[in-house]
Amino acid sequence: MASDNGIEVEALVRVFGDEIRAVDDVDLSVAPGEIYGFLGPNGAGKSTMVLMLVTLLPPTAGRATVAGFDVARQGPQVRSVIGAALQESALDDFLTGTEHMDLQGGLHGLSRNERRRRGAELIERVGLSDAAGRKVGGYSGGMKRRLDLALALLHRPAVLFLDEPTSGLDPQSRSALWAEVERLSREDGVTVFLTTQYLEEADVLADRVGIIDHGKLVAEGTPTALKAGIGKVSLEATPANPNDREKLTAVLARFGEPAAASPKSVAVRLAAGAEQLADVVRALDGDGVEVADLQLHQPSLDDVFLQKTGRSLEGDDDSQSAA
Amino acid sequence: MSSASQLALISRRSVSRTFRQPVLVVPVILFPLILLAVNAAGLASVTELPGFPTDRYINFAIVVCFVQGALFAAITAGTELASDIQSGFADRLALTPARRWAVLAGATAGGASIAVFGSVIYLAIGVIFGVQFDTGALGALVLLALAIYTALAFAGIGAWLAVATGSPQAVQGVFPLLFVLLFLSTMNLPLDFIQKQWFRTIAEWNPLSYLIDGMRGLVIGGWDAATLLPAIAVATAIMFITFAGAARSLRRRVQRT
Repeated sequence: MASDNGIEVEALVRVFGDEIRAVDDVDLSVAPGEIYGFLGPNGAGKSTMVLMLVTLLPPTAGRATVAGFDVARQGPQVRSVIGAALQESALDDFLTGTEHMDLQGGLHGLSRNERRRRGAELIERVGLSDAAGRKVGGYSGGMKRRLDLALALLHRPAVLFLDEPTSGLDPQSRSALWAEVERLSREDGVTVFLTTQYLEEADVLADRVGIIDHGKLVAEGTPTALKAGIGKVSLEATPANPNDREKLTAVLARFGEPAAASPKSVAVRLAAGAEQLADVVRALDGDGVEVADLQLHQPSLDDVFLQKTGRSLEGDDDSQSAA
Repeated sequence: MSSASQLALISRRSVSRTFRQPVLVVPVILFPLILLAVNAAGLASVTELPGFPTDRYINFAIVVCFVQGALFAAITAGTELASDIQSGFADRLALTPARRWAVLAGATAGGASIAVFGSVIYLAIGVIFGVQFDTGALGALVLLALAIYTALAFAGIGAWLAVATGSPQAVQGVFPLLFVLLFLSTMNLPLDFIQKQWFRTIAEWNPLSYLIDGMRGLVIGGWDAATLLPAIAVATAIMFITFAGAARSLRRRVQRT
């Protein structure tokens, strides 16, 4: 394992065509052994970033090193120290799990005995021993992701890239994968660069989070620090009568700035904190607005995203605006 | 790891996955034989034309099976490689130390292997139904070797299409065109017997005619360098041009640094 298996990115740019700046002047740094969560909506530039870092896409400008090797000029060296599980898993439905391990292990130069042993060990670690002899076409989404992770670990990489590793997984598979990623970082000292559009994933798993939107890094820090930067709790209210939504918005606006809320609700960041709750209830009562539900939220990474971009990350698409 | 070992690993995967899909294998075996049976029933009387080179139609027609098998190889190899590009499997291989050419040639091995399998079956069926080789058993083996060589060359056509388009559907879309090209060759009649001038001109310039005539010469007429060498030359040219084109396009398709 390289002595310094961190990632350094300086002013990295990737332009598609003439004007689409998929990654736009991004600086970031990932410490050895750290889990870095790269958070952003679909189309924000997360995958483009990963493709550049794993040497599959040349940067348009800027510089990046992985474990000290330049991604644009030292591709083979970079590839020898990284493992990657890219989006969609890209497995061969007609091969078995074991055959995948054998092919990829062989291409990484492991001897026949070594890849048999290492393959079996990793397959067991990701809990696929029973399915290893079956064709991948019959695997569930979670099983494919786990096999993909095992494949990425075959040649004992120092840096691991995971592009949306849990997208589309059920909660159980998701937490199993989180546990394995956590173990890799804590016990084996593997640096993990992970992209996600799930706030919870970044929050639970990442030591530090970078938030990307329209190709630009809009915020970076530990999840705790980022949320602390927002400071204030938010109050989310759901009107009993959907027609009262505007009235409810007007009342809440007196107590703070708008915050991210579910579609049927309205939320504000309480300017003077949780103590205002009683005042809010009195104001709602005074204006005759009946609420079905009232909740206080500690700041979330979505609030950080909202504050930096004016939009909410939670929702169907990145054009959704927070009311 | 040596390039040869990489090629062997990638080829093994391609052959395994191809033969695990009966839908890719069965048509390659059946289609040329069915077309042969239909033509044998309908066109057998051409052998009665004055000067027709043989009196047994199957002697004349059997080689078309090998060329068809090679065309199927082209399309299968191309479709498989394009699927790898589309699914991201090509990226998976690109992240290993595998060399580009090994990825390219290995991915076409499955398609080529079907043609090899098919060629052995066409030859066996031909012999069972009374095909007589004027060049004897050695000629039969040379025909088999030439058919396999042609299939490998045609796999390059598929590979180039695959890398250039990145789409299995686009590769399959070219299949009918290749078949039209086959029909506009000396497939059903010797060149001298083609009456329509435009047809004859196309058939005369059609590279597939050289392949068919070269293979056919081994069955009818005996050893003749004047038909055999052009066939080998055409297959070699197709192989070099298409694989070179594919390798060039692959550098653009998979921009590994």
